[in-house]
Amino acid sequence: MDTILLLSLVTLFLPLAGFILLVFFGKRMPRQGDWLGTSLVTAGFLISLYILVAVLGATDAPRSASWTWARFGGLPGLGEVTIQLGIMLDNLSAIMLVVVMLISMLVHFFSIGYLEGDVRYTRYFAYLGFFTFSMIGIVLTHNLLMMYMFWELVGLSSYLLIGHWYEKKSASNAAMKAFIVNRVGDAGMFIGIMIIFIHFSTFSFDAIFGAVASGDLPFESRGWLTAAGILIFCGAVGKSAQFPLHVWLPDAMEGPTPVSALIHAATMVAAGVFLVARMFPLFTADALLVIAYVGAFTALLAATIAITQYDIKKVLAWSTISQLGYMIMALGVGAWAAGFMHLVTHAAFKAGLFLGSGAVIYAMHAALHQQHDHHTDAQDIRNMGGLRSRMPLTYGTFLVFTLAISGIPLTSGFLSKDEILAGTLAFSTLNGHYLLPLIAFIVAGMTAFYMFRLLILTFHGEPADGKRLSLIREVPAVMAGPLLVLAALSVFVFYSFNPLGASSGWLYQALERPASVVPEAIAPAAWPIFYRAVSDVHTLVMILSIVIAVSGIAFAWVVYERKTLSADRMAVFMGRLYDGSRNKWYFDELYQAVFVNGTLLMTRLMNRFDNRVIDGIVNGSAGLIRGVSRVSGWIDHTFIDGLVNAMANVTGAIGMRMRRIQTGNIQNYLVFAVFGFLVLLFLLLLV
Amino acid sequence: MVLPDWLAEPGLNHFLVVGALLFSLGLLAVMTRRNLIMVLMGIELILNAANLNLVAFSRYGALALDGHLFALFVIIIAAAEAAVALAIALAIYNRFGTVDVEQLSDLRE
Amino acid sequence: MEFEIFGIGILTWIVFLPIVGMLLILLIPGENKDAIRWTAAVVTSLQVLLAGMIVALFDKSALGINDTASFQFVEQYRWIVVEAVPRVGKIEILYFLGIDGLSVLMIVLTALIALIGVISSWSIEKMVKGYFALYLMLVTGMMGVFVALDFFLFFIFWEVMLLPMYFLIGIWGGARREYAAIKFFIYTFVGGVLMLLVMLGLYFSVAYTDAAGERIHTFNLLHMMNPANYVEGSILAGLDTTWRYAAWMALFISFAIKVPLFPFHTWLPDAHVEAPTPISVILAGVLLKLGTYGMLRILYPILPDGTVYFMYLMAVLGMISIIYGALCAMAQDDFKKLIAYSSISHMGIVMLGMASLTNQGTVGAVLQMFNHGTITAMLFLIVGVLYDRTHKRGLYDFGGIANQMPRYTGVAMVAMFAALGLPGLSGFVSELFSFLGAFAAFRWITIISVTGIIFTAGYILWTIQRVFLGELSEENKGLADLTPRELLMFVPLAIIVIALGVYPGPAIALMNTSLSHLVELMSVFTR
Repeated sequence: MDTILLLSLVTLFLPLAGFILLVFFGKRMPRQGDWLGTSLVTAGFLISLYILVAVLGATDAPRSASWTWARFGGLPGLGEVTIQLGIMLDNLSAIMLVVVMLISMLVHFFSIGYLEGDVRYTRYFAYLGFFTFSMIGIVLTHNLLMMYMFWELVGLSSYLLIGHWYEKKSASNAAMKAFIVNRVGDAGMFIGIMIIFIHFSTFSFDAIFGAVASGDLPFESRGWLTAAGILIFCGAVGKSAQFPLHVWLPDAMEGPTPVSALIHAATMVAAGVFLVARMFPLFTADALLVIAYVGAFTALLAATIAITQYDIKKVLAWSTISQLGYMIMALGVGAWAAGFMHLVTHAAFKAGLFLGSGAVIYAMHAALHQQHDHHTDAQDIRNMGGLRSRMPLTYGTFLVFTLAISGIPLTSGFLSKDEILAGTLAFSTLNGHYLLPLIAFIVAGMTAFYMFRLLILTFHGEPADGKRLSLIREVPAVMAGPLLVLAALSVFVFYSFNPLGASSGWLYQALERPASVVPEAIAPAAWPIFYRAVSDVHTLVMILSIVIAVSGIAFAWVVYERKTLSADRMAVFMGRLYDGSRNKWYFDELYQAVFVNGTLLMTRLMNRFDNRVIDGIVNGSAGLIRGVSRVSGWIDHTFIDGLVNAMANVTGAIGMRMRRIQTGNIQNYLVFAVFGFLVLLFLLLLV
Repeated sequence: MVLPDWLAEPGLNHFLVVGALLFSLGLLAVMTRRNLIMVLMGIELILNAANLNLVAFSRYGALALDGHLFALFVIIIAAAEAAVALAIALAIYNRFGTVDVEQLSDLRE
Repeated sequence: MEFEIFGIGILTWIVFLPIVGMLLILLIPGENKDAIRWTAAVVTSLQVLLAGMIVALFDKSALGINDTASFQFVEQYRWIVVEAVPRVGKIEILYFLGIDGLSVLMIVLTALIALIGVISSWSIEKMVKGYFALYLMLVTGMMGVFVALDFFLFFIFWEVMLLPMYFLIGIWGGARREYAAIKFFIYTFVGGVLMLLVMLGLYFSVAYTDAAGERIHTFNLLHMMNPANYVEGSILAGLDTTWRYAAWMALFISFAIKVPLFPFHTWLPDAHVEAPTPISVILAGVLLKLGTYGMLRILYPILPDGTVYFMYLMAVLGMISIIYGALCAMAQDDFKKLIAYSSISHMGIVMLGMASLTNQGTVGAVLQMFNHGTITAMLFLIVGVLYDRTHKRGLYDFGGIANQMPRYTGVAMVAMFAALGLPGLSGFVSELFSFLGAFAAFRWITIISVTGIIFTAGYILWTIQRVFLGELSEENKGLADLTPRELLMFVPLAIIVIALGVYPGPAIALMNTSLSHLVELMSVFTR
């Protein structure tokens, strides 16, 4: 096996080693072992950088290696099926690997400051290591089975980390919700995988693509191919919090903020996008259309909710969902490179935003602690305001991230978002789905608006409490460092030297859309056609997107900084719409009423059925048999026993009368004997 | 003195008649005497009646010397029996203070 | 493959060692509790050693199932032979032991669970002598069922288990122990009667011709699998006859009661709740597998036509068990009852996998039997640990245990997540292959069954939340973490659960050949 693959295995198992060591020995290590996890991940990051350079530099086909995991059949007359696990390195996985390791490393550093003095400090770092391991597993895998396995494992680490402060009911609830909602998506994905495996007898991507390309469809049906695609996409819907399974992500903010940055913003939730990108060749045009609309609808839905939230992390969570919808939509319309590129740039600036919010919350907590105030919510932006003066570094980086997510030129966000918008519009020019670009542009404007609303309410304006503001301190260097790194990575130069066009940059060049393998009649538009359409609309889109982003920012400025327009009056004006947005369109309530309560009702019904009906039949038949036996017992007692007893009684009565003869006098007996003998003799002689 | 014919030549029947008489006397004693010792003596009579018969049959019948042998056995057994029976009588006397068989009716019912 | 110790075959050793132990225990005075416990522990440890030897010497490429020559460690003696019975002819009953890929894992499981059960029984103080004597008798019965190849012998071992189980539940159980014990006994006994009927029917229908050309009626299972041995005009001769279907049904019900499959399952929750912890462990760990093992060993190869005819019925019952068991589990407040219902759900997966008559499905099913044995044993031990300390089992009686008992929580998490089917732990592997196999045979039934994994996640996570997470209540602040003895019973199971989850290849290789052969055998009858 060549060195690069070996190195990628090393990056896979380094964090796992950290996890095992920390779980068993962490508490006894100096500093509770935080240095161990951090240094292992840092080493992994350096290796992954080397791998990226090596992979991008090489021109040959993607390399892979596999190992047999299980073997079935093999008897004569029965086919053999081997199930292989393996890893694969191509541009996609190499880039994703660096993204994961980078964010993971930065979050490790940030956590050293953020989680200082936590009750389960060791545990936390162990779980971070475990998450990194499972996430890299998803990235490196060359087959669907391993994808699914690590898919569940990231779900587990997400569960454990959301529930880090499990003494709080809300935290354990959120953890449970996250896992179960993901399970719903995973069940769909599992069915999709089954369809694929049963037909092709392999899990390997290359083998599946190869088979489909040669015209072999699951169950010889185009419908099943589309269904398999959509079912596998279900996994992405769960993991990437797409409608209708988006409800878990905002609740997941119960976890420590660095975890939100790592798992629920940059990497794990992007796994869904990665999955769609990985499986892209298998999707039919119909499946992709479903994907595109799900993504678009999610983006819009989340954006409308983000606008009215006051919890700093919740705003970011909804914006994450919205941006993920963007990426999914981009992949759905066929703007593959744009979608994945947005994943990369978004990972940097959204992780930055979360870490920035973490810094703010950290500072707020410290200040509230000094005030002995345990009631004020440290995450509510209404309790903040004016933090700019006390936390200049955090503010500066936060501004960069906000500009990036709003899509202002010179930032990384502009590059990727611009490509997505262009791709969406190009798609609609090809087949008339004009709703998609419309939603995309609206969401772009809303994103700029609500992100600046967040920035202004947190860092600008009058402080909610002047005394508290004076207690706010800038975060320590170990937390500031990651912010600076991420801020730097939110600038265009790292992705493309042309600030207005991504397509000439290395990243875009490295991401070549894989050719679809499905039959041509049901395949999405081929790349050359699509690319031409994108080029046609590119300039228009660029201008439009800048205008929309800037107007969104300007609107936020007018409303929240200048207060020319009153936000409250607007809320009243919107009426029902405002309430709906504020309450997340009542999805939680709806799901609670329908699914949770429905399931609980069903469990109670089933249990009652079990106890009353089935056990009732069992106990009833036992009772019936007891009844029958009682009747037969009575018959036995009265008639059969009666006859026997009657005979005994008669015998007894005769005996009672005959006993008189027994005098006990031996001479009497002798007389009887002699007399009897004489009688017998007499009779004998007589006859 | 001339003996009547049936007495002149003592034959089997004579011995048998004496045996029968002896047996009857013995049986009468066993059935009617109240004293246990007397009952035992009745039993001795019965045994000896049997002896007489055996010897008589031996003399006149086909038994040859077997009858004598049996008689000898019976005498020995009678002696042993008498010893055991007297011991029992003694034990009964010690236990009940009487050898009256009328009063020894514990076997009743 | 032969292997003898002191001139006695290894299978006889492994089956009758516990009986030897039982006799030893009966000789020890009852006050000497530790000697009794150690005797049981030594005997079961020896069994584990023997099981290890069997696995080490096992030939993975031997077919087994219906192929007499390729059974391993065979011991065959004539046990009861009656010459010239009127109208029937010569009959024989064999002492016939042997294993193939289907039984080898079950032997390992039985030996292991028996040893762990003994360790867990250490805390039993009531009538120790009687307890361990019955316990060892039970172990003999279970082990015997897995190695017997003569129907009569199989039946005897099957019924031998019943008696000690009845007393173990009825004497050492909880509050409603008599009810539970009688319910268990009657349920199982009904199954036994049905089995007896089918056994006799088969017996009169099957006669083989020996070397001397004599027709001999036999209970030999392998002869029953050969269609050529059926006597012309006998009740079970032919294929796809009504009598054969009826026999299939009767045998199926007798095994389904043991599994237990919906709707024959209600003895299980009661028996589990009332049984003492080690007996629950045995019950869930080994006894439930006897049902599915019996189906694969007897029902499938002897009545393949019925199996193919009724495969949808089996799949549907499996599906119902999966979902129904999960939903019922979710409704429970009693920790033990919850796990009992989860067993029904998990055994439903076994049923679904084996109903598929595919390679992956059957391998997945047998693997799931093994994995469910280890995982559920762990779960019952987990409940037992809490019950020993607090004498409570209600899910709402706890909370925040994670902080108080970290080692315990770690072990519990492994078991819980394995039951949930988390990849990397053994439960996932067997569920995966069961479902994959089932999907090849039944598309929609499997799709519906897969939704069961959502409910499973629901009740497992909810349980974790109620017991382990949250604030610790005042009365539970004094709870002690696992003792070394308790760790000793958890650690081997946890290692197996993780090892098989990460790399199931060796376990699958053990049974692949035999099960492939079984599938091949059935495929002749598949329409």
